[in-house]
Amino acid sequence: MSSTDISINKDVHHAHEEHDHHHDQNFFEKYIFSQDHKVIAKQFLFAGIFWGFVGGFLSVIFRLQLGWPEATFTFLEPILGGWIVNGKLDPEFYLALVTMHGTIMVFFVLTAGLSGTFSNFLIPLQIGARDMASGFMNMLSFWIFFMASVVMFISLFLSTGPAGGGWTVYPPLSALPQAISGSGTGMTLWLVSMALFIVSQLLGGVNYITTVINLRTKGMSMTKLPLTIWAFFLTAILGLLSFPVLFSAALLLIFDRSFGTSFYLSDIYIAGEALSNTGGSAILFQHLFWFLGHPEVYIVILPTFGIVSEVIATNSRKPIFGYRAMIGSLLGISLLSFVVWAHHMFVTGMNPFLGSVFMFLTLIIAVPSAVKVFNWLATLWRGNIRFTAAMMFAIAFVSLFISGGLTGIILGNSSLDIMLHDTYFVIAHFHLVMGAAAFFGMFCGIYHWFPKMFGRMMDEKLGYVHFWFTFLSAYLVFMPMHYLGIAGFPRRYYSWTGFNAFNMFADMNSFISIAAILGFTAQIIFLFNFVYSIFKGRRATANPWHSNTLEWTTPVNPGHGNWPGEIPTVYRWPYDYSKPGAVEDYIPQHVPFSQTQSSNLPHERDLE
Amino acid sequence: MITFAIGLSIVLLLVILFLMFRIGTLASIFRGSSQRAAGTTKTSNKVNGVLLLLFLIVGGVVFAWSFSDSWDQMNQPLASVHGAWTDELFWITMVVIGIVFVITQILLFFYSYKYQHKDDKRAYYYPHNNKLEIVWTMIPAVVMALLVFAGWKTWSNITSAAPEDSVVIEVMGKQFSWLVRYPGADGKLGEANVQYIDATNEMGVNFSDPNSMDDFMPREIHVPKGKPVLLKIRSRDVIHSVFLPHFRLKMDAVPGMPTKFWFVPSKTTAEMRSETGNPEFNYELACTEICGRGHFAMRYILVVDEPEEYEEWMAAQSPFIEQNPQLLTKFATDSKNQVVLEKSAEEVKTEL
Repeated sequence: MSSTDISINKDVHHAHEEHDHHHDQNFFEKYIFSQDHKVIAKQFLFAGIFWGFVGGFLSVIFRLQLGWPEATFTFLEPILGGWIVNGKLDPEFYLALVTMHGTIMVFFVLTAGLSGTFSNFLIPLQIGARDMASGFMNMLSFWIFFMASVVMFISLFLSTGPAGGGWTVYPPLSALPQAISGSGTGMTLWLVSMALFIVSQLLGGVNYITTVINLRTKGMSMTKLPLTIWAFFLTAILGLLSFPVLFSAALLLIFDRSFGTSFYLSDIYIAGEALSNTGGSAILFQHLFWFLGHPEVYIVILPTFGIVSEVIATNSRKPIFGYRAMIGSLLGISLLSFVVWAHHMFVTGMNPFLGSVFMFLTLIIAVPSAVKVFNWLATLWRGNIRFTAAMMFAIAFVSLFISGGLTGIILGNSSLDIMLHDTYFVIAHFHLVMGAAAFFGMFCGIYHWFPKMFGRMMDEKLGYVHFWFTFLSAYLVFMPMHYLGIAGFPRRYYSWTGFNAFNMFADMNSFISIAAILGFTAQIIFLFNFVYSIFKGRRATANPWHSNTLEWTTPVNPGHGNWPGEIPTVYRWPYDYSKPGAVEDYIPQHVPFSQTQSSNLPHERDLE
Repeated sequence: MITFAIGLSIVLLLVILFLMFRIGTLASIFRGSSQRAAGTTKTSNKVNGVLLLLFLIVGGVVFAWSFSDSWDQMNQPLASVHGAWTDELFWITMVVIGIVFVITQILLFFYSYKYQHKDDKRAYYYPHNNKLEIVWTMIPAVVMALLVFAGWKTWSNITSAAPEDSVVIEVMGKQFSWLVRYPGADGKLGEANVQYIDATNEMGVNFSDPNSMDDFMPREIHVPKGKPVLLKIRSRDVIHSVFLPHFRLKMDAVPGMPTKFWFVPSKTTAEMRSETGNPEFNYELACTEICGRGHFAMRYILVVDEPEEYEEWMAAQSPFIEQNPQLLTKFATDSKNQVVLEKSAEEVKTEL
């Protein structure tokens, strides 16, 4: 009985008292198997950065191959060993590289690294909660993700190579080890890792949703939440509804691979024998995969919508324009994201009528996305913009999101997709809109909340250098890819020189590779700045950006339980920047209207 | 020795960069700029603002130049009727999104530059304007509706049923090449099943079916100009995708699920050779769905003939079974026990 009492007390009122009694946490409780959301967020962040460098490095290797298809890469032998045959990259290893690059970036960096970091870190701090609803589940979420990471990392070192059937792992290629060597043990480990990953995501997601619904501080109604929280909340719901579908798809694939079932396999003759599988549908997997896969790209991009909205409002010193429209468009995008999956499948032989339906639904998504862009622009208009490093990334995010998003209007059109499907046009589109943009959103978040995470500032000047190199190379890499795509260059090609139709643009490919290497190198500046600033950065003040949200009311280094005393009560929305009549150009959320009589608007007078 | 020298110079470079970084930090402390609120330092703001504006202008010019410079290369020569529709729709859509692209990017960078921080200024408190929101929701909605309508019309034309008199060709993907079969004089493809595949009979044709007797399997695809051509597509191992870039045609080859695509070629290979000035020009078939080690090398030639030439070519082909008569004896003995069992399934399969 007593244990129940303690946990209740801890979660509600006396957390700071509890905290006082528990100063004797040992190293493992505090930093390794911690249940504190802030530590877990940092664990996700470090893991995400690690995976980001791995994924980026893989892309540099395959960009070398694509940029200089005739060159020999004997100098890579010390790293890649047997994957270099006579100075040439093994074609199956090339496919494994693109597969792992996609898997790592989409799932391990931009899902776990992004949501894991910022949902964990910001949800309790911005809604005014001591911690997540279940600290223990939160800890499990990270450690199961860690296990998934270990399994995926081990698969990189298999002699038969990691999974090589593309990050979408379409069967039969991914189901038959005879078809590609990566579909042997590599694919098994991929499936095990992803199954663990999904469990981790669900544990995290349930926590985020519960926390946002139940643990908001006094006065924090849903319409006073910062947009970050709305974005994390909807992201978690998307994940909770779509990841189980990927789980079932993976489960059926495991059955087909190991137990002789025929969910996805039918009429196959391979390696000199006809298989007995019959009646399965390879397309079924694609439907299941993309039922997750499409919400997944919004799982990647929604959190950055929230982060960027918050950073743009703070640093423009203006309320976010159309707060309710921003929430509405988030809701609209979330809802629509579930009914557009088959636009990835226009040319799979799916019934053309379905193609028409999905084209219609897909192009509707452009409307809420456009509203978001217009609202960001309107927020910048007549602002008093502070170019912090975070703000630079936020502005660039909008630019990249526009550039990449617009081509979605083309790809969502089934008749145009016939030519462009699986070409570099698609690569350019999604790398801009959910790759580069999401990375920029993530950097934006890191630069902005670094002072709250580590109590120190990152170096702004190095931040600018990092920003400009990254921004420049993002455009230099992905804009020319549109040209290749319009010419029909197919993706996942080891080289194009065998085709007369694709023998141009050799210089362009070298150029893209050089830009990609530049972009990757620039990340070392970030890494240095990040690590250096954790230990030696300038000490942060409690509210360095003059921001309104609740996390800046905590001490510089918030302890377990976040606020030493009472959790502040919330009186107003988080965007009272530059309110006419106010002394400062920001009024934090916990300041009651009675203290700001000079700036209150007519409808706020009643609240004084 | 050289590696050592390179290593040393890299280390030196890093040391110099680090020292520059430290000096910069210390200088900013002396200047007192570290006392100001983050993002309000004058020089940093000015530099970043100007750079943003420069990025817009220089970036825009470079993009426009490289786009027009690559124009000829990015436009693959066009050789099908429906390709003209999709190309037109593509460039119309590109113009529409291009306009939006230019306007929004200019506003984004220009606003960022113009409204950069000034000490004596205060931002304009402007939380919402419902009229504006409605306007900029409706405009994209209307534009989208028009694009959806145009796309839907084109799509239903392209995916409509193939005309009765289409030339039928079966294309089968395998790791890592394409196999092609023509129905021969009777215009009917004989039934096929993976269970019949062996080293000779790579497409798994059932040669006890009378329709198979005149089927032939050429080394190149030949199609007549100006006539509808129906591709019946299947795969025998993993998913492949038939991609004919010059015909703006793409359709996956899925094991266990036959697919199809019909098109009308509008230019012969000879015409295209003189038009592009390249006597070596050939229409090519490529694979666009990842299928394994040789994915990038699944090349096959397609030739568009004048109708008369096509007829001549057809007449010169000899049925597959005539070239491989030993298959007949195999089917005579095998057919009784196998075909009866699987007949019903195959009928469904070969019907498209």
